[in-house]
Amino acid sequence: MTNLSVILRRELASYFATPVAYVFIVIYLIMSAAFTFYLGGFYEREIADLEPFFRFHPWLYLFLVPAIGMRLWAEERKSGTVELLLTLPVTPTEAVLGKFLAAWLFIGLALLLTFPIWITVNVLGNPDNGVILAAYLGSWLMAGGFLAISACLSAATRNQVVAFILAVVVCFLFLLSGLPMVLDVFRGWLPQAMVDGIANLSFLVHYGSISRGVIDLRDLLYFGLVIGFWLMANRIVLELKKAD
Amino acid sequence: MIEAKSLTRRYGSLLAVDGISFAVEPGTVLGFLGPNGAGKSTTMKMLTGFLAPTSGTASIHGHDIRSDSLAARRMMGYLPEGAPLYGELTVERFLRFAAETRGFRGDEVSRRVGATVERLSLAEVLGQTIDTLSKGFKRRVGLAQAILHDPPVLILDEPTDGLDPNQKHEVRRLIREMAPDKIIIISTHILEEVDALCTRAMIIARGRLLADDTPAGLLARSRYYQAVTLMLGDLEAAASRLGALPESREVEIRRGRLTVFPSSQGHLFEAITRTIREEGWQIEQIQLEAGRLDEVFRTVTETREVAR
Repeated sequence: MTNLSVILRRELASYFATPVAYVFIVIYLIMSAAFTFYLGGFYEREIADLEPFFRFHPWLYLFLVPAIGMRLWAEERKSGTVELLLTLPVTPTEAVLGKFLAAWLFIGLALLLTFPIWITVNVLGNPDNGVILAAYLGSWLMAGGFLAISACLSAATRNQVVAFILAVVVCFLFLLSGLPMVLDVFRGWLPQAMVDGIANLSFLVHYGSISRGVIDLRDLLYFGLVIGFWLMANRIVLELKKAD
Repeated sequence: MIEAKSLTRRYGSLLAVDGISFAVEPGTVLGFLGPNGAGKSTTMKMLTGFLAPTSGTASIHGHDIRSDSLAARRMMGYLPEGAPLYGELTVERFLRFAAETRGFRGDEVSRRVGATVERLSLAEVLGQTIDTLSKGFKRRVGLAQAILHDPPVLILDEPTDGLDPNQKHEVRRLIREMAPDKIIIISTHILEEVDALCTRAMIIARGRLLADDTPAGLLARSRYYQAVTLMLGDLEAAASRLGALPESREVEIRRGRLTVFPSSQGHLFEAITRTIREEGWQIEQIQLEAGRLDEVFRTVTETREVAR
């Protein structure tokens, strides 16, 4: 794993060498603020918490995280640098993890830059900062889940637009699988245990409980498993598709 | 040394490389020659560990590319086709990345990058973004990345493709400079390059190894090898006179030139110069042919195709 950090640092250098990083951060900050204040009714609620801020994160990530993830492998395959990268003495695991962690840290940075809203709510009232911290953690974990899906699908194609659309669709399914409109489809013909299983795949359900301040090991494990599963899939897809 | 044993690669139903075996010793510049899509790049991709062979294997200085891939890759520098690079990085940042993945740390990174930059005259563009560089500079950055760790094996896929004549010359000079103690494998479809650079050449077509020889050996297979081409006034008369020589097998008149092909006996060039003196012909031009690589290439790649 000695080359993990080498790849991670190169990836981060690329983000900041192009407008990608700045555009992403600015759009992310503007959108999250807009959702919080206009749709979330941050002031009107007159409650000192960040619920209106965190409530919209799944929807924000649904589009923004695939936008970061789509380039991870599709771009390397298109430009041919994947051949350069994978013939260096770097293991596929180092490459997959290094790229993923760089993107995840980058999203984490964007998330940290929302700190003025945390200051605001502390100035205005007396929020439970433990809940806020948990929600930040939950938000970052969920972003990791979206990112792992996007990274895997990015390895499946050399076209970034295709990668983006595929990632949004799959993320959308993972997001919604806990909602009644999805579950009702299955309820008629699947045993209850499987319907529960599908409901438990939902990002919304697990994120919801963490963001309310309940850090349940099962929720953390869930995101860990989702990330692990999709990164393993990423490795396999990369192996299968890199030469196409 | 490099030893390939029945390297085979399939893409679906297409057999891209079909059981290629060879061994290469240090001090060799080996040229892979072949039409486009012949399997040259695929063979290189297998040697460098990018593609797993469908069957067969190869070893790089004793390290098997399948079971000991990382160690094998450490032995090699590789310039993929078209020299792909991380265009958004500066030359310096990119080379530092390459050095770090090669296991160098701290001052050694700067030392290696510095030495390579000097060797390839990249100092003036060190701080520039790779995307803004000319093609020649990009190729040099690609080469820099491949030679930075001074590997015993260099694999260069079409290193001079798309460069202007001066840049080609420059790249060839560099390859020749590094040649004595390394194994260098280049692929090309530029035939002159084989003559200019390689100590050994392999002709690959349709995934098969069709010829493996020195460039001189390949030239000797040409029907033009040791043939004599003349330009003079009366071609027809000269053709019948020279065609009757025991040293000549065949004559051919093409585009105002007469070519006499040697038979297996005697020395054709001497016989012809003697005849010229005897007949008192006015010769505009006379040339002893070294053999034509393009003709050998066509013969080797095309006749085998018919045979299939």
